[in-house]
Parts: sequence; structure tokens; C-alpha cells
Amino acid sequence: MTYVVTDNCRGCRYTECVTVCPVECFHVDDTMTYIDPENCIDCGGCAPACPVGAIEPDYRLAADKKYWIDVNRKRATETPVISARLPALPGADERRQALGR
Amino acid sequence: MTASAANENRIAVVGSGPSGFYTAEALLRSGVPLTVDMFERLPVPYGLVRFGVAPDHPKLKQVTTAFDRIAAMPGFRFIGGVTIGDDVTIDELREAYDAVVLATGAELSRALDVPGETLPGSHTAGDFVAWYNGHPQFADLRFDLHHETAIVIGHGNVALDVARILAKTADELRPTDIARHALDVLAESRIREIHVVGRGGPAQARFTAKELRDFLELNACDTCVDMRNVSSDEFEPRSSADPELTEKLSLLRAFSRTSVTKPRRCVFRFRLSPVALNGRDRLEAIAFRQEAGAIEDIACGLSLSSVGRKTTPVAGVPYDAHRGVHANVDGRVAVDGSVIEGLYVCGWSKRGPNGTIGTNRGCGIATAEAVLADITHRRPRSDTPDALLARLTGRVARIVSYPDWRTIDAAEKRRGAVLGKPREKFVTIPDMLAAMDA
Repeated sequence: MTYVVTDNCRGCRYTECVTVCPVECFHVDDTMTYIDPENCIDCGGCAPACPVGAIEPDYRLAADKKYWIDVNRKRATETPVISARLPALPGADERRQALGR
Repeated sequence: MTASAANENRIAVVGSGPSGFYTAEALLRSGVPLTVDMFERLPVPYGLVRFGVAPDHPKLKQVTTAFDRIAAMPGFRFIGGVTIGDDVTIDELREAYDAVVLATGAELSRALDVPGETLPGSHTAGDFVAWYNGHPQFADLRFDLHHETAIVIGHGNVALDVARILAKTADELRPTDIARHALDVLAESRIREIHVVGRGGPAQARFTAKELRDFLELNACDTCVDMRNVSSDEFEPRSSADPELTEKLSLLRAFSRTSVTKPRRCVFRFRLSPVALNGRDRLEAIAFRQEAGAIEDIACGLSLSSVGRKTTPVAGVPYDAHRGVHANVDGRVAVDGSVIEGLYVCGWSKRGPNGTIGTNRGCGIATAEAVLADITHRRPRSDTPDALLARLTGRVARIVSYPDWRTIDAAEKRRGAVLGKPREKFVTIPDMLAAMDA
């Protein structure tokens, strides 16, 4: 198994997950973070740390979100590792409220 | 290591578990000229990753590759085999370093504080974990598994770890890095029923869904829920906003419908608080109080209590007895709000035993920020780390370096390979030291 970042991260990118990842398996681009499934050790620390509930274990994803498994795997090979927190994206707090978080 | 410049800050980290490594990493990445000496009582690093993480969770142990990467950073030095508070006093350490960070974890198991807790057959889960993981100070413990029933008291992840280890067969445990002495005892276990008892209801259980899922895959053990004191509608989450809780409750509901076919049974019990451990010469039963006040006796020959942990006090460091940690304010050691200069804490010995391994990364970063904020106006030291180490050579049997550990590590892996295990741990300090010279 692995943990997976899903669509709630887009437009927020709080990166709280990065601080608590023990193995630096998060990657980042301009819109969101991704988990490298090859490095993730399934510790589960990131999922509760995410302010918008964007991170789930792969087996728990709803059918219409399963494609994020492949997106994470692919984007993790194309984007740099992020080892320290970044400022959230502009409008993140508004989006978080809109998500009911 | 590189020759230290006069303006270079020297920092000591005490303890080599996750929080110690992550604090060291944050310090070494800061760009401030500094070195980190990591002191460890044992000849082997990794703390609870080696001695706490269950042997059947090998993926979690891969975090040690991150620790090895930190250990390879310029300015890092491992000093194993030295006990702070015994071989070196805290004051001596503070004189030699600009800052001292305690990362000593939470090694003491909290007591149940009920009569009969010292009866033979009554143990803490913490001792059991350290025993099956081959901790040198626990490897000699004896656990008598020649009984039908074991009771695990507590509903946290450690409780699930020990219940699962009791539930597994020797064949399931053999390919793990479980200590050989423990495998031998567990292989002869007669335990057929394991009660996992907590004082709250299903929604209050602190264990995670991920740990609970492991119970779906036991070869010789059925998992069930005893529905006394529980109603089936408690397995319906009040909202869908918490997928973790939803999954946990749905697993428990599935377990409540299990039909028993396998030779062993793991039974979850809710809303029972222990009031006494009873027996003539050894443990025979535990009396629990139900919420309504009635007393229920459950016969058992083994009890493993898992109701929290606290930090071992270190001589010379103020202790917060209420929280069970080194007294501190946001990582700075402090008594009654008054900060002790140059002394810090991180990890479980700062905030108590909670969170995942990675929680200690954020915690270590925060402590490192406090160290770096204070260090610009550090007081002058009267001693140096090198002078301290020179004195230590006469006081301790052997100072263990990181390359020494890698030699021990390689020897353990070779021993394990023969047995089809990731490693066969050395479980005594003399054996660890002997492996360095082999």
C-alpha cells in the first residue's frame, strides 16, 4: 500500500504533510504535492496532518479517486522532492472553507 | 570529522531515536556553522524504531535509511555506549557543549495503579515489546505463555501490537526480525484467547484503522467483538467527515460478525476498567468494572497492560511528573517558567508519547529552531567535547562510532540471512561489542 495525495490539495498546497513525513517522500509542483509510492513507508503521519483531508491510504480511496494513485506515482518521478514547508497557495484558506474544513 | 572552527557551535543530542535524528538533521541543515554529537546509551542506534516498532512491520523500519542519511551529513558524530546521567553528568555535558538536546523518549510504562499489579503473570506491554524486540535491558525477562487466556489492557496501537504478536503463529513470526529468544517462547505458546480490553467505547479507541486492519490477515486467529456494553449502532459513524474513524468502526463491525473457525481468538472488549488483578500465588483473573458499576471477572494467566508511557527522569534535569516528560516550555527545559540555559528537549521526552514517527520530525525542527534562536547569545563554555571524550575513554567500556554500528548491523544481517530473517539482533551489549571486532 501507499498513501496518496488527491484533488483537495489542488489550490491549497498547505504542505503540512511535508513536515511530518519521516522519509521525505513528498514531491511538489505549482498546484499540489505528490507522494512517491516507492519511498512511502505507510507510517500514516501525513493523512491526519493535512488541513483539507487530501491524503488517504490507497485502499480507502473512493472509486472515482483511484486514478490519483497513478497520478502520484507518475508526478513523483517528474517533480522535485520537497523537504521543508512552503507557504500555502494564495486563496488556500478560502478554498479550505469552501471544502467545509 | 572536520577540524572545528573557533566560532563553530557544538551541540549534543542525547538519544538516537527518531526525534534525536530529526533534531540533528534540522540543526545540520540550518546553514549555521555547527556540529552535532549524538550520545546513545547502547552500542546501537534508532531507539524505538529498533526496540518499539513491531517485528512484523518491516516497511516502517525502512525509516532507518533516512537516519543513516542524516548520520552521513558533515558535522554529525555518533557516540554510542555512553549513558548521560551516569557516565557523564548533565552539567558536565552542558559545560562542553553550547546546547544539549534531550531526546530520551518515554521508556517507562505507566502503572494501572490497581491491587495485584505485581503478581507473577502481570506485565506491561512495554516490557513485552522490548523483550520480543531484543532490547538488552529486557532480553532476560520471562513471560509464561502456558495459559489459555491473555488479557491486554488498553486500546492504543501498542495494545494491538502485543495482541497481534500473541495471535500469530511461529510460522508467521519466523521471517521477521523478532529476537530468537522471543520466537522460541512464542512458538511454545498455549494462549488461545486474547482479550483486548479498553475503558471507552468503539469510537473512543485510540488505535488506528491501519493497525486494526492487520487483524484481517491472521492465519490462525479469528478477531471478534464481545457485544456486552456495546450496541451495534455504535459502529455507524455520526458523520462521514472522518474517514479514519469510519474505517475503524466498519472494521469493528465486521469483527463483530466474525464466525469463529480458527484455533485462536482475539476478542475486543469495551467499557471495562480494571479494578484488581487477582490470584493466590500468581495472576488468575482480572476484575473489571463495567460502566454501570457491576464487576466482571475474566480469568487469565497473562496480563499485558498498555496504558501509556512516561519519560525516565535524568539526574540534573527537572521533571514534569504530571505530564511524565522533562519539564519544558516548547522544547526549552524550564522550571516554573524559568528557562535553564542551553538545555532542550524533543520528541516524546518533550511532548509525551503520541503521534507517528514523522511527528517527531516536525517536533525536532521546532526544537532546533529554539536552539538556533538562543545560540547567538550563548554563554562561554569552560570545556570542549574532545576533552570530554578523552576523559570518557577511561570511564566507559567502549565508545561506539557510526562505522562501528554499521559493522554490528552487517553482522546481524548475516546472522539473519541464514535464518531467512532480515536480521538476527544481538541482544546483549557484550555480543554487540564483540561483533564490532569480529
